[in-house]
Amino acid sequence: MPISAENSVPIIFVRDVNKTYAGGFQALKKINLEIKRGEIFALLGPNGAGKTTLISIICGIVKASSGTIIAGGHDIVRDYRAARASIGLVPQELYTDSFESVWATIKFSRGLFGKAPNATYLEKVLRDLSLWDKRDAKIMTLSGGMKRRVLIAKALAHEPTILFLDEPSAGVDVELRHDMWRMVRELREQGTTIILTTHYIEEAEDMADRIGVISQGELIVVEDKDVLMRKLGKKQLMLTLRQPMTSIPAELSVWPLALSDDGHTLVYSFDSQKEETGIAELLRTLGEHNIEFKDLRSSESSLEDIFVSLVHQPKEALE
Amino acid sequence: MNIYGIRAIYHFEMARTFRTLWESIAAPILTTSLYFIVFGKAIGSRMGNIDDISYGAFIIPGLVMLNLLNESISNASFGIYMPKWAGTIYELLSAPVSWVEILIGYVGAAATKSVMLGLLILGTARIFVPYQIAHPLWMIAFLLLTAVTFSLFGFIIGLWADNFQKLQVVPMLIVTPLTFLGGAFYSITMLPPLWQKITLFNPMVYLISGFRWCFYGVADVHIGMSIGMTFGFLIICLTFVGWVFKTGYKIRN
Repeated sequence: MPISAENSVPIIFVRDVNKTYAGGFQALKKINLEIKRGEIFALLGPNGAGKTTLISIICGIVKASSGTIIAGGHDIVRDYRAARASIGLVPQELYTDSFESVWATIKFSRGLFGKAPNATYLEKVLRDLSLWDKRDAKIMTLSGGMKRRVLIAKALAHEPTILFLDEPSAGVDVELRHDMWRMVRELREQGTTIILTTHYIEEAEDMADRIGVISQGELIVVEDKDVLMRKLGKKQLMLTLRQPMTSIPAELSVWPLALSDDGHTLVYSFDSQKEETGIAELLRTLGEHNIEFKDLRSSESSLEDIFVSLVHQPKEALE
Repeated sequence: MNIYGIRAIYHFEMARTFRTLWESIAAPILTTSLYFIVFGKAIGSRMGNIDDISYGAFIIPGLVMLNLLNESISNASFGIYMPKWAGTIYELLSAPVSWVEILIGYVGAAATKSVMLGLLILGTARIFVPYQIAHPLWMIAFLLLTAVTFSLFGFIIGLWADNFQKLQVVPMLIVTPLTFLGGAFYSITMLPPLWQKITLFNPMVYLISGFRWCFYGVADVHIGMSIGMTFGFLIICLTFVGWVFKTGYKIRN
């Protein structure tokens, strides 16, 4: 969705948020974050990084130790009613009312969030999620994937403008994943802001407008996905050698080269953003030293590569 | 005020009651009927009147109170414990509802169910024993006040409990024994003088005595004292729940 001037005001502000649990564990360290209206924002991080804690604080489930959060223009503590009414949450775990029917549970969710009954809207939500035929089924009789759909239906029952999806594709089959991402795109088209966490980084790469990476309670980077991939992504040139090597010759030591384990491939990493990639110079040098290759190909680092380097060596990656 | 939120919680809880109608209603009525058959008919027929009331009729307020207290506590404690146990409490905590609205929903539903049960037990008692209600409006008021107060108490137990066993501890080990010792089956004037004084520390005495006054106009302690004690307990429970929601104790990390 194009971001107009009116929409350019962030829909969520997170300012200096810290969270230390009663046991002394500091889950979040001075988090500052702005989520733009109408975007899909992917929050990535390893297990225990603080993703769910941050989401839980914004949604009101967990209290922040300090800091301020504004959601939909409302302070989540002082004006919690308006803030929470604008938010829908699909939790990571399959928390459901096992003995309730699908219809009863989404009706409950809509009422709980202060919305007047609207059977037409709820029917649309269930139809969009292919749950309409299961509306009278007890939740305990549904498969894991169907339960995940029910949780999404519950989160959408009160027509939120901000939707949190905490690991929504964990444990669901490919079909549901595709359905879900199609629905997420449709919601975004309708103006809903979506914040998601996922372990499937290729999904974030495919879906997100912006990426945030959190590690050990700290937000390491927040960037437009394309900018992040351009800035932190590296390209590699792989040369398949005619004659395998046991080690990289001394005359090539000035080049950032790596040799594959079998000695058949030389790997040259370079910054594609630079004017001079050094490829021509490298190929000339190889020729001068009679190092012949029979094939060459290049590859670009994926978001997953960037994520791994950010999490493990954040300083080096950002330099 | 989030009226739709209160309605959603109330209807959700009442739906749970009607889904488990046999356990919720039939079992307590059957148990109470057995009390009337054993104590009211079999044993009661061999006992003299107490305060000019037949023994079978005398135990009715105590038996209703025993069920009312246990049902109020178990309904409300189970009501709030289940979402904690199942994890669905995330939805309640992230919803735009205040703790007062949450209380009205859960405690209102628990109290409604226990009042319904109390009235059904009274109706059942009529089959076994003839009795009168001297102050019907006071009886209804006392029934409501006790149901709300102990539903609130049950709600606190549900918040505190972190396993199913703890849900049962207070009703089984505290409420039921205190109710039995609080004059459900006897008048405290039948006790030796020292025990009459000691038993006044039992809060159930005031509830049962006050409820019995509503039926027969006789009481072990003054009706004003009974109402005062019940209100006092209600205020203590409300204060505690207010503190729980303010601090997030056991519910919001």
